[in-house]
Amino acid sequence: MTYAPQTPSESAYNFAYLDEQTKRMIRRALLKGIAIPGYQVPFASREMPMPYGWGTGGVQVTASIIGKDDCLKMIDQGSDDTTNAVSLRGFFKKTAGVATTFETADASIIQTRHRIPEKPLREDQVIVFQVPIPEPLRFLEPRETETRKMHGLEDYGLMHVKLYEDIAKNGHIATTYAYPVKVNGRYVMDPSPTPKFDNPKIDRMPALQLYGAGREQRVYAVPPYTDVKSLDFEDYPFEVQSFDKPCGLCSAEGVYLDEVILDDHGGRMFVCSDTNHCEERRAQGLTGPMAAAPTAAQLSDGNEPKPETRT
Amino acid sequence: MSLFSSDNALLQVHGVTKYYGSRIGCKNVSFDLWPGEVLAIVGESGSGKTTLLNCMSTHLAPTAGAIEYRMRDGSMRNLYQLSEAERRLLMRTDWGFVHQNAADGLRMTVSAGANVGERLMAVGDRHYGRIRETANDWLGRVEITSDRIDDDPRSFSGGMRQRLQIARNLVTQPRLVFMDEPTGGLDVSVQARLLDLLRRLVSELGLSVVIVTHDLAVARLLSHRIMVMRQGHVIETGLTDQVLDDPREPYTQLLVSSILQV
Repeated sequence: MTYAPQTPSESAYNFAYLDEQTKRMIRRALLKGIAIPGYQVPFASREMPMPYGWGTGGVQVTASIIGKDDCLKMIDQGSDDTTNAVSLRGFFKKTAGVATTFETADASIIQTRHRIPEKPLREDQVIVFQVPIPEPLRFLEPRETETRKMHGLEDYGLMHVKLYEDIAKNGHIATTYAYPVKVNGRYVMDPSPTPKFDNPKIDRMPALQLYGAGREQRVYAVPPYTDVKSLDFEDYPFEVQSFDKPCGLCSAEGVYLDEVILDDHGGRMFVCSDTNHCEERRAQGLTGPMAAAPTAAQLSDGNEPKPETRT
Repeated sequence: MSLFSSDNALLQVHGVTKYYGSRIGCKNVSFDLWPGEVLAIVGESGSGKTTLLNCMSTHLAPTAGAIEYRMRDGSMRNLYQLSEAERRLLMRTDWGFVHQNAADGLRMTVSAGANVGERLMAVGDRHYGRIRETANDWLGRVEITSDRIDDDPRSFSGGMRQRLQIARNLVTQPRLVFMDEPTGGLDVSVQARLLDLLRRLVSELGLSVVIVTHDLAVARLLSHRIMVMRQGHVIETGLTDQVLDDPREPYTQLLVSSILQV
């Protein structure tokens, strides 16, 4: 995380867009967040050259921690090549000139919108989450003054009222994303709207997790190897989604799948939400029932996205 | 009568005064409340009843005076010197507060079962089956049928909401319940049923109750002792039957004589 000489073409911008004072302020907030796992630290969120909801929080966090030697992976709902991911990757390519990658294993910083890669992260990686609403109690208690007090006094009974309602109305805990967790036995935290499938991954994760909410002006963090427990009832324990079919393209099981509608006659397929994971498996020759024949893929030359080279 | 010495009092109010600017909310009110006693505070609107109740229930800090409460461990504590955490625990375990408007005391967007179960979950119960069973039991005790357990209070009638609010407050077996006009806004037959229910629960559970009402009939039915307030001052206090049958102060006489007869 070193200073970078400014490239002549973008000399109007500081390295990674934000000025050094802002980065310093955000780093201080992040350090506080890391010191108090799960605690939402207020910070003076800046206007970013993108709309709120596009990941202004995550971008500010990434811009504050990125250095010239970092390699950045940017994903949106598990995918490397959707609008949000492409735009934000382009943003950092332009303003920081850092290397970018699709490979989870190659990245030193992974900024994500609502997914955690299937490949386990390592100690030398940092994952940055884009958070829309950082307050897990917000929809139960609209007053900010009150929710802060509730966090301060560890007054979390209300969270279970929500889970009780789920069971009473649906017979099981129907919350599937933004599933509340208790961090280090103290703070209840919203793990951003990742599917609850990913909740077990953030428990004792070797990588540092940083969460940034730009509009709400909060950052929070989970340090490596921190206990993160999903809230539940004794007789209705936490469980993740399961899928009865493997991925249609790479036949992976035990991964999070997206549903893709194929036609208007009810045709659909389930494919890996983590596109990089899926491509890696197919490159190894593992194909699912709906995958194109390998020869067809070679002939078409371009059906398979070409892996991005490191610049 | 050592039973009624102040050593046994559950709640002691010493010279409580509340000013709103230069106006008096209530002035120099002192009394003791004993375990199992029902005290009615009566008076016309604006007489300071609700101000006094809010002071006692820590919703509104008094300008002067002290309020002490005997905690479950037997120690007498000044309510305004409790920490926020202690105060909250007290409010949701040892105390209840029944609002006049049930919507103020209920969570209108969650089911009746969750409303009753909220306090249990707040004190750490994490077993869905047990919470639901307790909620069901309490709904039965306030005469709400168990097939309504998953319905929102929004779909309940006024009387049912009020009964649900009572169940929600009593589920943690509190020792002291504050009630602010619990029967206000209900029609007369529903009022009578609610009063019957309250009287039964209060005697079954041995609750201490401070009930604020302008309805002397409610005071007559529920309370052992009565306190008459006017313009922020307590002007007369005594056993309910004694005060209502033989009022001493001219204002109390006026109040008693102005009850409508059918």
